[in-house]
Amino acid sequence: MASLHNLLVCLLAFAAPVGSAEAPQAKRAPVVAAAANLNFALTEIAAAFEREHGSRVELVFGASGTLTRQIQDGAPFEMFLAADEEFPNQLASAGLTRDAGIVYATGQLVIFAPNGSPLEPDGELADLARLVKTGKAGRFAIANPAVAPYGRAAEAVLKKRGLWDALRPNLVLGDSITQAAQFATTGNAVGGLIAYSLALTPEITARGSYAIVPDGDYPPLRQRMVLLKRAGPQATRFYEFIQSAASKAILRKHGFSIAD
Amino acid sequence: MDWTALRVSLWLGACTILILLPFGLWLGRLLALKQFRGKLLLEALLTVPLVLPPTVLGFYLLVTFGARSPLGQAFQAIAGQTLPFSFQGLLFASAIANIPFVVQPIQRGFEAIPADVRDAAACCGLTPWQRFFRIEVPLAWPSILTATILTFAHTLGEFGVVLMVGGNLPGRTRTLSIAIYDRMQAFDDRSAGVMAATLLVIAVATLMTTTALSRRVGVRRV
Repeated sequence: MASLHNLLVCLLAFAAPVGSAEAPQAKRAPVVAAAANLNFALTEIAAAFEREHGSRVELVFGASGTLTRQIQDGAPFEMFLAADEEFPNQLASAGLTRDAGIVYATGQLVIFAPNGSPLEPDGELADLARLVKTGKAGRFAIANPAVAPYGRAAEAVLKKRGLWDALRPNLVLGDSITQAAQFATTGNAVGGLIAYSLALTPEITARGSYAIVPDGDYPPLRQRMVLLKRAGPQATRFYEFIQSAASKAILRKHGFSIAD
Repeated sequence: MDWTALRVSLWLGACTILILLPFGLWLGRLLALKQFRGKLLLEALLTVPLVLPPTVLGFYLLVTFGARSPLGQAFQAIAGQTLPFSFQGLLFASAIANIPFVVQPIQRGFEAIPADVRDAAACCGLTPWQRFFRIEVPLAWPSILTATILTFAHTLGEFGVVLMVGGNLPGRTRTLSIAIYDRMQAFDDRSAGVMAATLLVIAVATLMTTTALSRRVGVRRV
């Protein structure tokens, strides 16, 4: 009996200090859900926001479709930056957002080949077509079109180039564009179609080479953001900050194009 | 290293144990000592989480308690937050997923106590509570400890349910195993590596402890 008692005391003693993490916090930083292609750009913007306003935002990255589903199921996000317009529009028509939001950037797709890959990336996917024709294509990474707008764009490009059907058995689908980038850059695939914003990141640039896919080959990746119904003043400030010149400069540096 | 995620993981493990241990002691003992109708079915149901894909549990949790279900809306109206995407939701899922890890070892522990011992204790005039705490629990102690450690380790390793119903919220539902996934996605292999090594060490230590404990039980019986 004594030892059972001891165990409980130990557990409580050890749990008590960590319990503070779970205590209700009125001043908890707002959680912002963001499309995976923003992983590096938005982290930088959030750091700039913290420097300027002295307040933090928590960032959660994922495929736009996954995050949309989570918001519909009640996830406590205050703001959502999508990789397309369809998902935020869906939330807006479900009455979950403050308003229709705004397009904050337009993304681009690149074809990436890791160092040592037989694939020589070119925007027209000519070399990929050559590999497919000679049966040397191996695995090719894209984001899952069901949940990731960049995956949908990749599907459109491959269809336009007449490679979709032939390449389909070879496709590895990432849960999000960052996972697709993992697959495309670690040598597990001959390459992949990933976001330009990811390809420009030093960690990824060092792993291979890439070429920009021409804009006209896929429906434009107009990325919309919305404030959700529960958004507080801090999230609203962050929403405004993203439209500031400082944020636009960061987004441009990460390969996004922005209409002035 | 994401210390907040480690805290969430440890806290989740500790809370799961605190919730499940009393339940496991009661149910494990009941299953060990009593014969009743429907026992086979009950035992099967209690073991289901062991073979059930975590995604199934996650799916039902979202469908039942998500913001779009009537039950979820009622819960949200009372608690101000849905059960999914909260620490309490993870705890709920974790408690269900760990039932077999608690009940089974404890049941085996109580089964191993010879009936003579309990009879003798009853003859000596000990009350049922005294018998339970002074005779049965000390004898079943290694099994109880095994159940505790297994549950803790299993909770730390849980990924599927947490990914589905957690939402990766820092300080709330981002556990260490989710943080590894998150850092991998951000090409932060260093942090992911440190956290993976941490979980590996914990897992090995856990298994060594449980093996050592079960050996000691074996020796004691001989």
